Amino acid sequence: MALIQIAEPGESTTAHQHRLAVGIDLGTTNSLVATVRSGVANTLPCSEGSHLLPSIVHYGEDGVHVGKAALRYSVSDPLNTIISIKRFMGRGLEDVSIEDAHYSYVFAQTTSVVPRIKTRSGNVSAVEVSAEILKTLKKRAVETLGLDNSGDELSGAVITVPAYFDDAQRQATKDAAKLAGIKVLRLLNEPTAAAVAYGLDTGNEGVIAVFDLGGGTFDISILRLNKGVFEVLSTGGDSALGGDDFDYEIAQWIIKQGIIKQGIITDIKDQIHSPANKRLIMQQARAAKETLAGSDSVIIEIDVEEHHWQAELDRATLKTLLTPLVKKTLMACRRALRDAEIDKQDIAEVVMVGGSTRTLVVQEMVADFFGCELLTSIDPDKVVATGAALQADVLVGNKPENEMLLLDVIPLSLGIETMGGLVEKVIHRNTGIPVAKAQDFTTYKDGQTAMAIHVLQGERELVSDNRSLARFELRGFPPQVAGAARIRVSFQVDADGLLIVSAREENSGIEARVDVKPSYGLSDTEVESMLRESIEHAEDDMLLRSLREQQVEATRVLEALDSALATDGDSLLSVSEKTEILATRQILFDLRSDSDKNKIKKAIKSLETVCEDYVARRMNSNIKTAMQGHSINDYAGDLSANSAAKEQAEESK
Amino acid sequence: MAITLTEPAAQRVKTFLENRGKGVGLRLGVKTMGCSGMSYVLEFVDEINPEDEVFEDSGVKVIVDKKSLVYLDGTELDYTREGLNEGFKFNNPKEKAACGCGESFTI
Repeated sequence: MALIQIAEPGESTTAHQHRLAVGIDLGTTNSLVATVRSGVANTLPCSEGSHLLPSIVHYGEDGVHVGKAALRYSVSDPLNTIISIKRFMGRGLEDVSIEDAHYSYVFAQTTSVVPRIKTRSGNVSAVEVSAEILKTLKKRAVETLGLDNSGDELSGAVITVPAYFDDAQRQATKDAAKLAGIKVLRLLNEPTAAAVAYGLDTGNEGVIAVFDLGGGTFDISILRLNKGVFEVLSTGGDSALGGDDFDYEIAQWIIKQGIIKQGIITDIKDQIHSPANKRLIMQQARAAKETLAGSDSVIIEIDVEEHHWQAELDRATLKTLLTPLVKKTLMACRRALRDAEIDKQDIAEVVMVGGSTRTLVVQEMVADFFGCELLTSIDPDKVVATGAALQADVLVGNKPENEMLLLDVIPLSLGIETMGGLVEKVIHRNTGIPVAKAQDFTTYKDGQTAMAIHVLQGERELVSDNRSLARFELRGFPPQVAGAARIRVSFQVDADGLLIVSAREENSGIEARVDVKPSYGLSDTEVESMLRESIEHAEDDMLLRSLREQQVEATRVLEALDSALATDGDSLLSVSEKTEILATRQILFDLRSDSDKNKIKKAIKSLETVCEDYVARRMNSNIKTAMQGHSINDYAGDLSANSAAKEQAEESK
Repeated sequence: MAITLTEPAAQRVKTFLENRGKGVGLRLGVKTMGCSGMSYVLEFVDEINPEDEVFEDSGVKVIVDKKSLVYLDGTELDYTREGLNEGFKFNNPKEKAACGCGESFTI
């Protein structure tokens, strides 16, 4: 007998039509899975009752272990135990070399652009390691929800990613889900998910700060809610600051107290630094920190070898120890506010995410900084997964339709390269997704049969200042005069922020497309600095752009004139006329790369004036040639046939 | 004619209603669907309809429409845990056979 959950009025599904969906928080340190049952979103525990799954994968001789089972091997078999894999999602080899010093595992030498970690089970990529974590979460969900083991009944999952994840990192996350056999309904920004868990999406418009302090990372996001759309105004943080650093500070205090004040463990100073003792002290430090969230002081007891040491740590001391670290987070908050151009007073809500925000020192200082109450009622470890589960529930249709669907925005503008190394933006930043936009482009030269399409991301005017996402070519359309071909370039960004670009020559129907999967990505600081540069250089960029446009125009005019002169220059022009045109042409030719756009403009203008008669004569002669052997009636016939066909088409609509 | 709730079921329903923030009770019903004839319905109730019968057990209002009551009379609603999975279970004396998966039944 299957177990039944309570549904919303009128939303009962019939047998075998349950639409079960989960929310997954795929974290750097810990991962969670949550689902909505009987109207309530809850995270799901494993059979031992623990909700957090450590994001650790161990490749053992007897198979793959994930979570706590893998944690056991982190000391004994570090080379095959992979931690913090999220940091490498969607990253290229060059990004990795900076970071790998902190990790005990070894990166394999490969020719592929994706870094691979050497393990007992071969070289694994970040996507494969993440897939192992996702598989474990999926198994937990399938067992908890009483589904059959294939998990086919699981309609899908909403997986959360940091707001600053770029296309490559998002795609890598999607790939990992695919590998784990999970259908991704949507990728959702972590701060957005946290805001959803608190029901802020149904609230009024306003600016929300999401303060996410986890085990090893800190993220601050400033979001603006506007008509059900969460717009990410700015992100910031520190990828190497978290609860582990708190523990470390406390451990240092324990060691100092023990050695200097008590004198008891002086003689085992060396032993203190053995890995086992270090871990023991770190564990005690963590336990003390957790106890102090609920009481004013805590007794720390440490037994090293036959030595016993004991001391009291109170809240005031803890505050002194942690203040410098918390101040660091507040500095990042200040930067994020500045980037978003938001005043502290304009923040309506502050959502606290991540286990380390339980520490009272953090809560006090953050509340002081923003000068408002913090949202802390939902377990900060579970809040992101909970929000994702709520969103998943709406996406599979378990909620009445009037429930609003969340939208995200694209963080940086997307566009293509045009002549002169300029960027034509097709989709502007902060446009809500999903979105599809098309723009028509044309050929630059007579007889052009191919066009290179270069897809770019960024806010600057010049190609060289933006990030290249992809290049592809549209080939084989019929040769036409410059400007006659109509090439429609369409940008399509799906709900997860992934981009597909297609190009189609409308006259011939020739098409080409590319799924943008860049080989490595931008970090949040890069996104930040790209945005900042675009603002700082806005004026230069504009001037440079109009100059480049004039230069391109000059080259175009020269080429058009040369090709015209080659065809009929001698037959239509007298010698003196041709000499005059050539002289004026020479002036423009010399100026075509000049840095003064007005000079170029003037030269183009004067060349156009000199050529006026020639252009008129060419037009007449072309019409004459085209109409030779036809009478006016032929064209009239064509016209009426056309309009008849048009009428027919209208009717059949 | 009666529908009853076990103690764990009543507790759960109260908690769920509280968390939901609105609703007057719990609807039990049947739908003629599924591979074995009928399937159970379990929903929150915001509004009681004229054709509904209302029972009260352990402080929970149980709402059943008259048509469904014919199939559900004597049912005890239980809340159980099976491995990691937990949920509600209909102990219906009239149920003769259920399909393999147990999601639908015949009487």
